[in-house]
Amino acid sequence: MSKTIKLRKGLDIALKGEADKVKSNVDAPASFAIKPPDFHGLTPKMVVKVGDKVKAGSVIFYNKYKEEIQFRSPVSGEVSEIVRGAKRRILEVRITPDSENQFEDLGAVKADSMSSDEVKAYLLKNGLWPFLKMRPIDVIANPEDKPKAIFISAFDTAPLAPDYDFVLHGENEAFQAGIDALTKLTEGKVHLTTRGGVSADSCFTGAKGVQQNTVFGKHPAGNVGTQIHHIDPINKGEIVWTINAQDVAIIGRVMTSGQFDLSKVVAVTGSEVKNPKYVKTIVGSSISNIMENNVEGDNVRYISGNVLTGDKIPADGYLGYYSSQITVIPEGNEPKFMVTKGWMGPGAGKFSINRSYFSWLAPNKKRSLDTNLNGEVRAFVVTGEMEKVFPFDILPMQLVKSVMYNDLDLMENLGIYEVAPEDFALCEFVCTSKIEIQDIIRNGLDEVHRECM
Amino acid sequence: MRKFEPEHDGKWAKLHPVWDGFYTFLFTPGETTQKGAHIRDGIDLKRTMFMVVLALVPCLLFGIYNTGHWHYVAETGNYNLPFMDMFGDKLIYGLWQVIPIVIVSYLVGLGVEFAFCIKNGHAIQEGFLVSGMLIPLIVPADVPLWMVAVATVFAVVIGKEVFGGTGMNIVNVALTARAFLFFGYPTMMSGDKVWMSGSGDMTLADGFSGATPLGELASFTGPKADWAIQGGLEAFSAKWSLMDSFYGLVPGSIGETSVIAILLGAALLLYTGIASWKIMVSFILGGLGMAFLFNAFPANLYMELDAFHQIFLGGFMFGAVFMATDPVTAAQTSTGKYIYGLLGGAFAILVRVVNPAYPEGVMMAILFMNVMAPMIDHYVIQSNIKRRLKRLKTA
Repeated sequence: MSKTIKLRKGLDIALKGEADKVKSNVDAPASFAIKPPDFHGLTPKMVVKVGDKVKAGSVIFYNKYKEEIQFRSPVSGEVSEIVRGAKRRILEVRITPDSENQFEDLGAVKADSMSSDEVKAYLLKNGLWPFLKMRPIDVIANPEDKPKAIFISAFDTAPLAPDYDFVLHGENEAFQAGIDALTKLTEGKVHLTTRGGVSADSCFTGAKGVQQNTVFGKHPAGNVGTQIHHIDPINKGEIVWTINAQDVAIIGRVMTSGQFDLSKVVAVTGSEVKNPKYVKTIVGSSISNIMENNVEGDNVRYISGNVLTGDKIPADGYLGYYSSQITVIPEGNEPKFMVTKGWMGPGAGKFSINRSYFSWLAPNKKRSLDTNLNGEVRAFVVTGEMEKVFPFDILPMQLVKSVMYNDLDLMENLGIYEVAPEDFALCEFVCTSKIEIQDIIRNGLDEVHRECM
Repeated sequence: MRKFEPEHDGKWAKLHPVWDGFYTFLFTPGETTQKGAHIRDGIDLKRTMFMVVLALVPCLLFGIYNTGHWHYVAETGNYNLPFMDMFGDKLIYGLWQVIPIVIVSYLVGLGVEFAFCIKNGHAIQEGFLVSGMLIPLIVPADVPLWMVAVATVFAVVIGKEVFGGTGMNIVNVALTARAFLFFGYPTMMSGDKVWMSGSGDMTLADGFSGATPLGELASFTGPKADWAIQGGLEAFSAKWSLMDSFYGLVPGSIGETSVIAILLGAALLLYTGIASWKIMVSFILGGLGMAFLFNAFPANLYMELDAFHQIFLGGFMFGAVFMATDPVTAAQTSTGKYIYGLLGGAFAILVRVVNPAYPEGVMMAILFMNVMAPMIDHYVIQSNIKRRLKRLKTA
């Protein structure tokens, strides 16, 4: 039984620099990194030392408190550096690849003929488990849980997001193999949600063993959290797993080939990119070879992910573990004079959900927005703006406030289990008072994780 | 500008909030996003407040001229003094009366605000930009400046700063100022001497009353025999017609009289999406509903007044557009906003008609609803929680 959902609330932010529909190859990256901070709440326990030789698929580190969850090297080469931050927290494990990419032999398998436990063991043993995330809390799934369903979103509505219909075109076999594995992990359904109004690629429409759903509407229609809420909402005590569509294909590919091959297609986007396009690369790759001679100016921000939820990375930084997109936008670190470009100005270049700037005359015009906060942090004053972009039956402002004053009962009652920080990204974008809402929600989730689960 | 920035640990460190206030007034700082969303909506609190001040400008301009107009009406004793006659004189008189009130309100209010920011080391927030404009518009033009100053200090300190400043207050700051004046200095805020500027010092012509239409209506609640003497509602409507209130050709507080000017402001607020249409519409509907209810079961002549005429009089429309919609003190949930508006509008008319000692029922009603708003929100939140729990049971 498939479901069709129509959303009225939401906001599409039109930005310049959408990726052209070409998949191009780039030179092999000179460096790779696995970044433990990509996996929220993880305490890594290192297995390798600087100078160790690794193969693609060798264990790099594992979760100190759940040892079966392992993180493996995407390439073969040598561990060149372990970057630590404050309190010796491990930030990056850098690996310099060698010329020939050697794979650990994992053994090709077919999920069809495996039991649930065998699939689970295979994914854990071979470092594929970190692709699975769980709701609530939005962290790596706990292998001991029994999820009531697994959700996959086949589209991304975030600004300049990669088009999975294009990215996964021709990957039907790998995608289906991944789906076959996932269906073994839950007694419930595997939900695959495609975008309403457009015809999805055959790898999605032809997927077997899943419940096909469609969602119409603006961003965050493509967020898996929105889809879960409208298709099969999470109540207290229930667990749902989620996985990115491209990662399903990676799991399928590894299982069928028996090689730890984490290559993926990444959209290079943003107004400061000269030639926005899709590139073939590998999870954890350095972005410097991708961005070389492809960026205008140097006062820019590199983001691994999209402009709403991505992570700021340096120009020689690395692609995040879950990212399928690199965005480059101008930094907005110049003060703006009030009458010309500031708060009193006509504001033709600004984007706002309100009509207080003249930019409302052209709401769909593609803009180049910078990273300026466009104001200062204030107390909550304006109400009703978050509700316009938050398509949940949840009171967003009240939930955020309940987290701020740390009322666990109220958080539970208002629906903290159903949301992830990314679901609040638009609320954060529209907030007049410039409050860091995603961060607040993250803290709230950590709090309930500690106290209630 | 950067040159004058006080060092955070230097001699003038305490004054950093003031410098910051001026600097951010002139420039949107080059502060960039560090966490979360990398791009942000162009709007900030300054823009929001600026839009509201802009929306108040028609009311202010009309109020200035209207103040002059009624001064000369009282002086000549001629109710039918053509509105556009003596244009320059009226304008200059109005400016002379109104601008000092605006200046005092802003200077005193911002002074208090700055003092608290320096004391607490907080950034200066923009809340008072609007309050400072609202206060002059809801007082009679003859109010002594020292009273404006005292009321503003009271409103900012007791109404806002004790709760933690902008965004934290329970009741509307401007209405707190007005309530303070109303209860503290009733002779200057009601009666028939204050509404036509300068009329307190004049010997008025025989039979000339300086009362506002609402003040006159309040006498319609007396015994039936009195109505006939005054000529009933017909005489009232002949003197203060519906269209007079619509254009604003009546005496009253500076900015509240002209429905046209208020609607211009409302149009800007609604079009830009700054104010909540839910509150505005439901407030007006609530007022109309109450007035229709009185029409249906009139116990006195006041209750028979046409519903539209009723809501166009006094500060009702001004309250609906600029006071009730204050997002900090109104209900914050969507459903709550409808309830808040409906009850607020209904109470405004109820207070005005049933207790004629308070001709300005709007002020009382909005203050009351400000206090009630958290309770309305509480029940809306509880119903959301219940609905979500029910989902668990059916599933």
